[in-house]
Amino acid sequence: MTEHLLLGAVAYDPKVVTIWDGFRRWFAHHDLAFDYLLYSNYERQVEDLVAGRTDVAWNSPLAWVRAHRLDGRAEAVAMRDTDRDLTSLVVVRHDSGITSVDELSGRTVATGPVDSPQASLLPLALLADVEVDVRRFQTGVGLHGDHIGGERDAARALAAGDVDAACMIDANHLLFTTEGTLPAGGTRVIAQTPPYDHCNMTVVGSESPLLEPFVSLLLGMDFADPSVRPLLELEGLRRWLPGRVLGYRQLEAAVDRWGFYDDKGEVTANAYRP
Amino acid sequence: MDRALAGMAPGQRLRVRGADPHLGLHLPVWARSRGHAIVDGSVVVAGDAVAPGLASAERAGSPAMVADVASPSWGLAARGALVEAGGPALEVADLHTRDVWSDLAPKLYAQAAAGQWDPATAVDWSPPDLPDEVEAAVVQVMTYLVENEQAALMVPARFLGRMNPHFREAIGFLATQIADEARHVAVFSRRATLTGRPLGISGTGGRASLQTLLDEPEWANASFLLSVLGEGTFLSLLAFLDRHGPDPVTAGIAHLVLQDEARHVAFALGHLGEHVTRDPGCRHRLRAAIERRHDALAQTAGLAPAVHDSLVLLAAGSWEPGAIAVGWDRVQALRSEMGEGRTRRLVRLGFTEVEASQLAALHAESFM
Repeated sequence: MTEHLLLGAVAYDPKVVTIWDGFRRWFAHHDLAFDYLLYSNYERQVEDLVAGRTDVAWNSPLAWVRAHRLDGRAEAVAMRDTDRDLTSLVVVRHDSGITSVDELSGRTVATGPVDSPQASLLPLALLADVEVDVRRFQTGVGLHGDHIGGERDAARALAAGDVDAACMIDANHLLFTTEGTLPAGGTRVIAQTPPYDHCNMTVVGSESPLLEPFVSLLLGMDFADPSVRPLLELEGLRRWLPGRVLGYRQLEAAVDRWGFYDDKGEVTANAYRP
Repeated sequence: MDRALAGMAPGQRLRVRGADPHLGLHLPVWARSRGHAIVDGSVVVAGDAVAPGLASAERAGSPAMVADVASPSWGLAARGALVEAGGPALEVADLHTRDVWSDLAPKLYAQAAAGQWDPATAVDWSPPDLPDEVEAAVVQVMTYLVENEQAALMVPARFLGRMNPHFREAIGFLATQIADEARHVAVFSRRATLTGRPLGISGTGGRASLQTLLDEPEWANASFLLSVLGEGTFLSLLAFLDRHGPDPVTAGIAHLVLQDEARHVAFALGHLGEHVTRDPGCRHRLRAAIERRHDALAQTAGLAPAVHDSLVLLAAGSWEPGAIAVGWDRVQALRSEMGEGRTRRLVRLGFTEVEASQLAALHAESFM
């Protein structure tokens, strides 16, 4: 078989096949021998990337943190325009009377799965100094929060009055309000994280000569190109941007605070079974 | 927001004001998802990664007039819709030329939609009181009709999902044809079991004949063999049952089914007539299809004797020798009428009288 650039991606949804099949055809059309390998969870994807079995991984922010701890050569070569400057929220019901994080003391907070940066690790850091009872909605453990199910269940629990607060990413607060999972005007945001970055294309020491053309083609994808636009829409971006890593400091700190990985990148989180 | 930004060049700014307490939270999320930037918390800077708009879109033909060829890139779009570039091509609909179409399709579809009848109310299902042997003959004929209608359902169904939706009235018509056949299967089955007798024989010759219809891979050939020749021949058979049916249920359902089948024949004659006008070479392929089918069936038994004899008895009304002679004559007359009908329809498709008569004689012995 000819030399291909091999990318790892996590199959968190059936559309992932459509996306990477489409990109594979698009790259072939642009004379890049590209193939992909799908994983059921991010931990194995990162381990294979670090072991050199793949050239590049489409990583969650948490997977980036682990890859970097496992091998300091890890670099982020590209990310979506929509991966930059996201925030996470702690949301309460508007009629609850709760207006600050301190008032959650002794109360129940719903989160997404234990490995969700946006709906668990990052927003819980906002509550680190308050004694709260955490109720996790563990849909899609191992997918690092890519599966929206747990986050939506947490929002439903909030709307139903089963919990006092729920954690979610800003975009999902808009989505849940728009789709009616959360009643319009029925919630209050009592805490918001500083901006952080989300996914990136991670490379760990690959010497593939196809890497540079891959990144170059990726950054050149044009939203106006009808052959690639549907794929960009499915993947949720308008434009690929160069990778940057400053936006992961907040998550690094949260990973340390909650003991999710140790400083060598080994999984240390309790009861985390991807 | 989209409306306000639609006319703005990349880099132009739009200040947003609003009363929603979450506006400041949701505005950057919304802007990010559309490739815009935010400055000063509430000013949207129009991005440049915009969809190409409708400049590269094309019309999926015109609503009132079908195209000769429907582009697979039109996908499932309404005829006449402005189709954005990109998106999946409708490869599954590989029948995308005018060959599936007839200018009669809109009218016939409307007639078919208006002409759907309800077996529960259109037929008086009181069980008839016929002599045992005559009832057995009716049941045998119904048994035969059911399997023929079943084939007539499956043939258009196989092609329907392959037709480009641009030709929607033709597809709509075939959908009614399939619904018609389903109803015919139901009413013939109901008549067969109306008096509690076991069903009749399903002959190997008849089934082999129907199988050749299902095996025909070309739309034009399949429609020709099934609807022009097969269902065309059935028009005579149904008229025969309408005329000589020994009980009101048999005659009544034959009468109703006949009207549906006449529509199916009219549509097939319509689209094939237009096809041979555009492409006279098509006639050679139709001729070859009849000949191929004839060769394939040369070694089979043709119409089951049980069906033939049942038709004689049914038209005779009893085993009295005089009555049987009348029944026999009636079935002979039916056969000539069927042959003449086929010849007439072949002439309508542009075959000469001589050719038409020869080809009509090659049609399957088992009528369909």
